[in-house]
Amino acid sequence: MGITQILFWALTALALFSALMVITSKNPVYSVLWLIVTFFTISGHYLLLNAQFLAIVNIIVYAGAIMVLFLFVIMLMNLSKDTEPQKSKWLKLAGAVAGGCLLLVLVAALRNTETRMTELGSGDIGLIQNLGRELFTHYVVPFEIASILFLSAMVGAVIIGKREEKSPVHEEIKKVEAIQNEMNVSESVS
Amino acid sequence: MDIKYYIFLSVALFVIGIVGVLTRRNAIIIFMCIELMLNATNLLLVAFSKMHYLAGKATNATAGIDGQLFVFFIMVVAAAEVSVGLAIIVMLYRNTHSVDVNFLNRLKH
Repeated sequence: MGITQILFWALTALALFSALMVITSKNPVYSVLWLIVTFFTISGHYLLLNAQFLAIVNIIVYAGAIMVLFLFVIMLMNLSKDTEPQKSKWLKLAGAVAGGCLLLVLVAALRNTETRMTELGSGDIGLIQNLGRELFTHYVVPFEIASILFLSAMVGAVIIGKREEKSPVHEEIKKVEAIQNEMNVSESVS
Repeated sequence: MDIKYYIFLSVALFVIGIVGVLTRRNAIIIFMCIELMLNATNLLLVAFSKMHYLAGKATNATAGIDGQLFVFFIMVVAAAEVSVGLAIIVMLYRNTHSVDVNFLNRLKH
């Protein structure tokens, strides 16, 4: 058993364990932290498969940016174990059984596939030089469309998150403020 | 390493994500499980990319590079999805003071 195989099994065990901890933790903050561990192990698998650029992007984008966004939202809402909505045990059991059945069907379907070896720890296909050349020659149109997608997502997030000016509560608050201002003015005059 | 082990690993991760979506009611955890499923498919794409690179090494130097570029684009789409989805969850929390997805059934009224 070589060093790459030991690494593979260690990363696999850690990935599965941390993925299970994501869905079993009661506290959402712990779920986010376990998900970060999962992303790190998946990045380790990318390194074993010589996708060096994707491994770095996975750490920076997923574990860095997106998970910080999740953590920020959870902290903003002040969620904890006490505010966790409770679900009946039967529904949890039904979900676990359904997932187990799907796992069983997929494993049974893929068990007898033709097998090929993938060599670990060699090759230079995942270097940013090769990926960048391909990205800016054959895939330049999807790359530019992705920038438009990002722009529209940003605009959408801003529009959804914006407070509505015309809401009745807001109007009411404005009226109260106007009355208070008037009272203040009349008091200062008298 | 056999490609089968990677297939089974990503199937297991994907199923864990599905079980999380089915059993949890917290909207943020459901979102995180979707991220887990996307990462499982990404891992499978990278493994197949490596396999095709080895298979077509003699004839084609860039065989299998498409898979890695697809992973890149999946990451782009996932990032855009997270930004919009978290905005929607924040909006839901602002209106109902809860992130329970069962409150979303009032959308049908």
